[in-house]
Amino acid sequence: MEDMKKRVQLSGNEAVATALRQINPDVFPAFPITPSTEIPQYFSNYVANGLVDTEFIPVESEHSSMSAAVGASAAGARSLTATSSCGLALMWEELHVAASNRLPLALTLVCRALSGPININCDHSDSMGARDCGWLQIYAEDNQEAYDNMVQAYRISEHPDVRLPIMICQDGFITSHAVMDMELLPDKVVKDFVGEYEPERYLLNENGTMAIGPYAITDYYMEARRAQAQGILNAKKVILDVAREFEKISGRKYGLFEEYRMDDAEYAMVLIGSAAGTAKDAVDKMREAGKKVGLIKIRVFRPFPAEELAAALSKVKGIAIMDRSESFSSNGGPIGSELTQALYHARCKAFTVNYMYGLGGRDLQVIHVEEIFEELMALEAKGDPKDSVSYRYVGLRDIADPDHKQISYLCKPENSEQA
Amino acid sequence: MGYNFKETMNKKERFAPGHRMCAGCGGAVCVRNVLRGLHEEDHAVIGNATGCLEVSSFMYPFTAWSDSYVHNAFENAGATLSGVEGAYKVLKRKGKIDETFKFITFGGDGGTYDIGLQSLSGAMERGHDLVYVCYDNGAYMNTGTQRSSATPQFADTTTTPVGSVSHGKPQIRKDLAAVIAAHNIPYVAQTTFVRNFKDLHVKAEKAIYTPGAAFLNVLAPCPRGWGYPTQDLLKICQLAVETNYWPLFEVVDGTWILNYEPKKKLPIEDFLRPQTRFKHLFKPGNEYLIEAFQNEVDRRFEELVKRCS
Repeated sequence: MEDMKKRVQLSGNEAVATALRQINPDVFPAFPITPSTEIPQYFSNYVANGLVDTEFIPVESEHSSMSAAVGASAAGARSLTATSSCGLALMWEELHVAASNRLPLALTLVCRALSGPININCDHSDSMGARDCGWLQIYAEDNQEAYDNMVQAYRISEHPDVRLPIMICQDGFITSHAVMDMELLPDKVVKDFVGEYEPERYLLNENGTMAIGPYAITDYYMEARRAQAQGILNAKKVILDVAREFEKISGRKYGLFEEYRMDDAEYAMVLIGSAAGTAKDAVDKMREAGKKVGLIKIRVFRPFPAEELAAALSKVKGIAIMDRSESFSSNGGPIGSELTQALYHARCKAFTVNYMYGLGGRDLQVIHVEEIFEELMALEAKGDPKDSVSYRYVGLRDIADPDHKQISYLCKPENSEQA
Repeated sequence: MGYNFKETMNKKERFAPGHRMCAGCGGAVCVRNVLRGLHEEDHAVIGNATGCLEVSSFMYPFTAWSDSYVHNAFENAGATLSGVEGAYKVLKRKGKIDETFKFITFGGDGGTYDIGLQSLSGAMERGHDLVYVCYDNGAYMNTGTQRSSATPQFADTTTTPVGSVSHGKPQIRKDLAAVIAAHNIPYVAQTTFVRNFKDLHVKAEKAIYTPGAAFLNVLAPCPRGWGYPTQDLLKICQLAVETNYWPLFEVVDGTWILNYEPKKKLPIEDFLRPQTRFKHLFKPGNEYLIEAFQNEVDRRFEELVKRCS
């Protein structure tokens, strides 16, 4: 039985914890925060029952969990931590330290809204807020993907061409707590796939010392940042190589993003995470009605697959870019900004509308997705859709609309004549 | 424990000259002498909170540290070394390391009493086998002498400046050694540079080789922040001890031990007078401030004596 794949029913948190048990990392400092708490909880049980060799450090804050993970990684140990929301916000300084010291450690992030109001449910304001910290970011649609991404994490992060920390993201409660039928790889297969961690330079090297975390001013700082940028640039190929190897042991195929019914699509939706399931249902329904719609689900947000996305979207007329986090730029959300930039560079002709959805756990429903596609089609029919303001919200409460007839809301200044 | 000054001072330096600390800096003297507590055959990983020591000793591409060294950030030296020590335990368990490593981290009073207190408390409470050394110069010296919770009352700092309605820092200083002792860790000590560094050396070695968490609070005067002539470092330390401003004590497994009591306690003026940060206390009419300072020193010392008896 040991060497066979196993069908199981697990929550996303237990799935990731199981991957971690199979990986058997060296040091795991952690601090509880909903909805990621279960991951260190499950893991503590593995420690308590001798199933792993890991040094579990129950620290007194998330700042300390990332600080200890940085220390452990610098010391030569494979390390990680888990968190959500405010926990990630508290780590912000350390996220930069981990990346700039080129430490290959992992963070299993269970995405949750940031305060305020304080809210424990899913959106991507935590991970998107950390998008410029120098970490790799890989997102999951469901529990299986969360598990699979965790198994692939260290191979990417520790690769000599990359040497950057990696964030494995899943959606709070929606995948972290919902139980799903999924497949586990055998322990040995995971262990062999991940391999032993053999750092070249580390603090606990008996044959040589290392100093890490220098003060560097104008004469060296910029070169350090440039070198770090190279790691992100190199990561795309490594992520794809690791995915190909992973396919050999799992039969499951991963890329930088997933294209769903995009072949002859005229209108596309682009999103990240668990809402892809809902969007796929809506796409299926509309395809049955003869409408040429498709979906792109981004898996890898850092590095951002700009050229690849632009190529995949080169033939569509209109694109709904879905953001599950505000960036309060007055110009849409983070995926909106990054993707439109990619489309502009590729001289893509499609028009885009950037929708904010699902903040603080608000459901994105099939009907919302359908409405968005209809809206794209209507804009195209109007003639010059590029004139439209592209920053909208879907699924808001509206006291003027108790029956929820209106789904999409334009965002515009209240003190101008702008349409 | 026998102490041979010459032998101790002739141990191989683990903190190289050529670093950029100021002339007469107490921080650098603290580091050199704490590191002399290490047995020569043992490896060490040195941690460091952001501060003067870090920016002056590890300026890329140069390092003054002959042991492995990790600087992470300002407030997390305790947590960072917790991770390093955790890594040591597991790598040792897995047979990847044979030799002995000791773990020492340095932080100034800003990084220890204030912003790093939570991280330090966590590391102490969890009982990692490491030594946290606070080199206490009583203010944020790296950013230009701002007050910390270690700054003594009435000190003139850049955020508690003396003015027409201000006598300097209004509050008394935090008793950090007692706070850390309340964590019930195996070893806490307070020391400074006196008696040919014997007190510091003995305590450093004890702290390093006592299994579990240990804390050293080392008075490390800053000539720039305190305003005394650089060459008077040892004189200032001696006055701090002889006035009972900075008593020498240890807490070993919960037992408080007073290591030194001056035969004839000197008045606090003797410690305050050489320092320009206390200049205003000697203006006519301010005698009551010196009296208040003296009362606080006496109150604390009595409390300490009670704990030690």
